[in-house]
Amino acid sequence: MVVQTESFVMLSIVLFVLGAMGVLLRRNAIMVFMSIELMLNAANLALVAFARYWGNETGQLFVFFVITVAAAEVAVGLALIVAIFRSKRSINIDELHEMKG
Amino acid sequence: MTAVNEWAFIGIFLAVAWVLPAAPLLVSWIFRPRRANAIKMQTYECGVETVGDTWVQFKVQYYIYGLIFLVFDVELVLLFPWALAYNQLDFFAFGAGLLFIFLLADALVYAWRKNALEWA
Amino acid sequence: MLQLPSLETLNMGAALPAISIAAWACILLLIDLWIPKDRKILTVYLAAGNLVFAFIANLLVFNQSGDSFMGMYVADQFSGVMNLIIIGTALLSIVLSFDYLKRVGIERGEYYVLVLFVTAGAMFMAAANDLILIFVALELLSIPLYVLSAFRAPDIRSEEAGMKYFLLGAFASAFLVFGGAMVYGATGTTNLNEIAASAGMIIASNSSTSLFLLLGAALLLVGLGFKVAAVPFHEWTPDVYEGAPTPVTAFMSVAAKLGGFGSLLRILVVGMSAVTMTAGEPAVWQNVVAILAGLTMIVGNIVALSQANIKRMLAYSSIANAGYILMAVAAAGSPGLANEATRGALVYMLAYMFTNMGAFAVVIAVERANGGADLEHFVGLGKARPMLAIMMVVFMMSLTGIPLTGGFIGKALVFATTLNAGLVWLAIIGVLTSVVSAYYYVRVIVNMFLRDAEASTEEATPGYSTGVQWVAAVALGGTVLLGVLPTLITVLTDRVSLVASITP
Repeated sequence: MVVQTESFVMLSIVLFVLGAMGVLLRRNAIMVFMSIELMLNAANLALVAFARYWGNETGQLFVFFVITVAAAEVAVGLALIVAIFRSKRSINIDELHEMKG
Repeated sequence: MTAVNEWAFIGIFLAVAWVLPAAPLLVSWIFRPRRANAIKMQTYECGVETVGDTWVQFKVQYYIYGLIFLVFDVELVLLFPWALAYNQLDFFAFGAGLLFIFLLADALVYAWRKNALEWA
Repeated sequence: MLQLPSLETLNMGAALPAISIAAWACILLLIDLWIPKDRKILTVYLAAGNLVFAFIANLLVFNQSGDSFMGMYVADQFSGVMNLIIIGTALLSIVLSFDYLKRVGIERGEYYVLVLFVTAGAMFMAAANDLILIFVALELLSIPLYVLSAFRAPDIRSEEAGMKYFLLGAFASAFLVFGGAMVYGATGTTNLNEIAASAGMIIASNSSTSLFLLLGAALLLVGLGFKVAAVPFHEWTPDVYEGAPTPVTAFMSVAAKLGGFGSLLRILVVGMSAVTMTAGEPAVWQNVVAILAGLTMIVGNIVALSQANIKRMLAYSSIANAGYILMAVAAAGSPGLANEATRGALVYMLAYMFTNMGAFAVVIAVERANGGADLEHFVGLGKARPMLAIMMVVFMMSLTGIPLTGGFIGKALVFATTLNAGLVWLAIIGVLTSVVSAYYYVRVIVNMFLRDAEASTEEATPGYSTGVQWVAAVALGGTVLLGVLPTLITVLTDRVSLVASITP
């Protein structure tokens, strides 16, 4: 049983939309962040599926870069979240309202 | 196999996914003792009693250590294809890999000098 | 079989300016560790020296256009001019930062290293000819900016700014990656030239593949739209600009835009200009970009009217300015107009760079002297500090687009190319919103000259520092020179041609 490329792409689109909904609906910074990771990995899935479809490595190459750059992003993001938690004792993004205009 | 059978897999999978967790719950519900006592009501029926608050604060150094580990761990992904194709690589590609390791070392020295590696 | 590049085929010389900055940033990170805390001025010199070197190197390789890194990096006149503007921004903001960092007690060497990384990222973005490099360069631009926004930690506003910028920036880059994946799925390549070669055919075939291509292009537009703060992806801008340390705000309001628009122009003009319904018609993305541009100008300018904090006002002003540049991007969708529109956008960005850096230099000086950046803090500046006030007048006039300033030249070129593209309604919106914008720019001038401060506390605090003074003077010179003698820059930009790089 060979899974069609279309199925992979549909799944990746579903995952991407789920991730985007998560970003827009969740209020916890960590959950928002996890949703963003879900979106990135949805893109990774699509890239790998397309790479198999086209038979070239460009897509897989892209995935390597996405994975590593996402890790760098995680490091910076979690450091920011820790810093915020230390000064506010909360990571609810609705409570980030020091500035209003 | 017809196309219908392909989808049947998902149906079987769903059914099994429901049965597998439900079965042990059902079995333990049938056999479990009905009367509660003091020992039974403890959080951990066997094991050590917890001491103090569960919201223990870790030192922030611990998180930094974890983040540094995370970055270095994942960056290895880029070295993986390089290592796999190592036998076919010429000197230039070897140098490119070396440059990448050098960049990682650069970051490591920085983290070291900033005392980010001490977490005790 | 494995195709390995050799050192010659990489042609690294063409990418020397960007590479030198990225490499030196890595080295400076280590050097800074051994520079004692009270001599951080050394780090400033080392960073600035590198930027000067890259500036000169860029002038030397200016005419040597060519591919680097197997077609991933294109060194042409476009990236040449962009590099000049980006390096200029970085130099000005480093000079602007030094005194500020000392004053608020966040004098750390990493600041300058991060600025160098952002600069390299923006330069790579402007020259990237491959979706993979565009993504990596975008992250090289963004991740240090997240840190820079939060650099004033544990100040809660700065941390909040960093956090918001981080969450929305990461959200945007997820869109960019997914868009890239879709375009790759439709065309089988990430190289913009090869995408251009197959894009026309795919659209003509009208199959499901063309859907993927359009979806991908739209998602790329969303991702980069976040970076350049186009409406409706602008929500993060005011909070981040207000909360971030002021020199960082100045730097990112220009550098992030330069990188974003550099990539946007390359993706749309080089990669997607063939995406038309019928040959000879404007590209399909033209209307979408035009609507974004219109919305951006309207929302940016209208909301700016009610801002009492100058940093917030400049944030909305920067949104509005993104709208004017987007106007040029939209015009680039018409066949035969891509080069003219690109040149207009370049001149506009240069003028915006000078004007904005100058305005923020004045804001930093006022923050230092009067303790804040609200409109109230500018009251009576005309009497207390006439030089500073006059400079601010010029910058505000340039932002409005009054003749004899750089802003006017930029706007004139952008409006002209928009009219040539037949987007008359967009040009009308542009002119009307410019008129609206005059209200809040002139309000600053009125506050400086026509209102008197109740209590003059200015004597007690020291005036602005030499660094800020220099930046303001250079920005003033640039703004006026560009307004009086626009040929100085158009002689460079007139040779810029993005379309030519389609045919390999």
